[in-house]
Amino acid sequence: MLDTALLIGLTLIVLAMAMNVYRLAIGPDIPDRLLALDTLYVNSIALIVMLGLWLNTKTYFEAAILIAMLGFVSTMAICRYLLRGDIIE
Amino acid sequence: MTFYVIAEGVIAFLLVAGGIFAFTGSLGMLQFKDFFMRLHGPTKGTTLGIGCILIASMLYFTITQRELHVQELLITLFLFITAPVTGHMLAKTGLHMHLRFITGTRGSVPEFRDEDVGQSRVARPARAKHPWKYRKAKRSRMRR
Repeated sequence: MLDTALLIGLTLIVLAMAMNVYRLAIGPDIPDRLLALDTLYVNSIALIVMLGLWLNTKTYFEAAILIAMLGFVSTMAICRYLLRGDIIE
Repeated sequence: MTFYVIAEGVIAFLLVAGGIFAFTGSLGMLQFKDFFMRLHGPTKGTTLGIGCILIASMLYFTITQRELHVQELLITLFLFITAPVTGHMLAKTGLHMHLRFITGTRGSVPEFRDEDVGQSRVARPARAKHPWKYRKAKRSRMRR
């Protein structure tokens, strides 16, 4: 049961990431692409956690924490750049 | 024995529900017609989906290794705190850059109100301006 559920979840997450990449490619404006990138890193955290469940190891959670923090900081930096024209004033 | 069967069912349900929520959030981001509508999907659906998946992982490792694992709760809390902040900053960026939006939705934000004059379905108040180009134009106008 767990294998089937994991397979379904992985398929859905990969489909969601494909849709994010499509929006990242066609996004009409810069904030659309930024939103797509933000969703892409959140989905990649889910993918890494499910890979850890699939391989039955706990090695990948540090990678998930790192991706969460760096993704938040980079999104904030690009937002500041678009809002102010400068990141650290 | 029964406990393990129930736990497996709960973990499988959380995994599938998380996948469905994340898929729905990305589908909303792909399908909606407007940036301010597109902002709704990832900030709510995807955050809930990844919360479900992380709690499923936490339950799995707690039950199989017979000791408490709460590292995933850290990621969950971090994402639940940072997702509204990211959504707020993205909405501010969209308002600042004057993105095109669909008229006819309920409620009018004061930032939208003076541009809400078009008869067509999609108002085009201004093409999205890059902030640096916009600033240069403003400066040159002020010099004149």
